[in-house]
Amino acid sequence: MTTTSERLGLTPSQTVGPYLSIGLTWEDGPYVVPEDTPGSILVTGRVYDGQGQLVTDGLVETWQADPDGRFAHADDPRGAVESQLPGFRGFGRCNTDADGSFRIVTVKPGPLPTPDGDTEAPHLNVSVFARGLLDRVVTRLYFPDEAEANAADPVLNAVDPDRRATLIAEATPDGYHLEIRLQGENETVFFDV
Amino acid sequence: MTESVRTPSGLLLPRYERPLGVHPELLSPEYRSTVLRAPSKPLVLLPHNLTEITGPLLGSDRISETDNDLTRQHDGEPVGQRIIVHGRVLDSDGRPVPDTLLEIWQANASGRYKHVVDDWPGPLDPNFTGVGRTVTDSLGRYRFTTVRPGAYPWKNHHNAWRPAHIHFSLFGRAFTQRLVTQMYFPDDPLHQYDPMLITVRDEKARNRLISRFDMETTEPEWALAYEFDIVLRGSDATPMEDPHDDDDE
Ligand SMILES: [Fe+2]
Repeated sequence: MTTTSERLGLTPSQTVGPYLSIGLTWEDGPYVVPEDTPGSILVTGRVYDGQGQLVTDGLVETWQADPDGRFAHADDPRGAVESQLPGFRGFGRCNTDADGSFRIVTVKPGPLPTPDGDTEAPHLNVSVFARGLLDRVVTRLYFPDEAEANAADPVLNAVDPDRRATLIAEATPDGYHLEIRLQGENETVFFDV
Repeated sequence: MTESVRTPSGLLLPRYERPLGVHPELLSPEYRSTVLRAPSKPLVLLPHNLTEITGPLLGSDRISETDNDLTRQHDGEPVGQRIIVHGRVLDSDGRPVPDTLLEIWQANASGRYKHVVDDWPGPLDPNFTGVGRTVTDSLGRYRFTTVRPGAYPWKNHHNAWRPAHIHFSLFGRAFTQRLVTQMYFPDDPLHQYDPMLITVRDEKARNRLISRFDMETTEPEWALAYEFDIVLRGSDATPMEDPHDDDDE
């Protein structure tokens, strides 16, 4: 069978609009791990627009490896590995509320090897969806207590040093907090995926 | 052509296509809300490493029986034109994307969303929530039964109306494939006036957001039908398959 090299045209993205919460709200959305998981952390954040106004009608999603740096996914060439942590989903989803904030209950992921032989520091991939975003915007959350790993992370190192701090969460008593600024002063670094 | 690609770490990962000229520019001022929300700095290229080539594989455990029939989620039937919306989820290499979660939401037949923020004087329908979920089958197919949504006004500019549309959210099998979009209906006179649809500048790409009336799938004395295929980004190499197959062009 010859496969034609002609590709199908991609379906374009469109905004989630202002009513996303009816379609995309999950009661268990914020739970990347079950609530009572030992060692779980609370990741909170807020989303702001270009005038510093809180974005109260958005949605934040996170995706990450488990604490051992593994994925239960067949495309990981190291093998699909079910997490040792019962109920680990890897995926989190939370609407931003009246004060622009979201929260995710998770665990810190492990570091990851890259094809180039580098090691990525522990991180969450973070997608933001909202009215006014014609496509999701993607950023990463890195951890403030991983200075050494962060310094060796190839993705962080490709970012303008003056802007790297926008990707590093702050420690809080029960976890971490990340401010996401869509535009303007201290604009968060967003990635072309 | 199947070169053995050696990487310093020995990890061989699929590399996903990077869309060019398909998705709208984030800053598209005719859609007013983009002006304060679109990032102003250039995006930084993210390599396709392990976090990007994997993704949540969420399936049938999230779905209940009436989730793909928006006309059967209440005691009575919603008002409006009953329709079947179906199609396939494929990647750009034409491979079906099986077992992937699709979520949809929409206004009712009068163009009103069941949402606190939507307060225009189109009537709510007590028998319609407007939310659906399903999972594609092994051939990437999906199917919903619903009612055709109405057009609705919005405040983007004077006398702005959104054409009838259904919001779609898809995961695919990798973080890179995540897509949220809107499906439109053929022959809707509002398309040309819609600041959202026209942010897709390429006409061919824009037309891919418009479903096709599908006479063959209509059900006699029951429902009209529309077909909407969704194409997610393909990847150049799936390391699992392809022993040496020589199909030299
Ligand atoms: Fe809408």
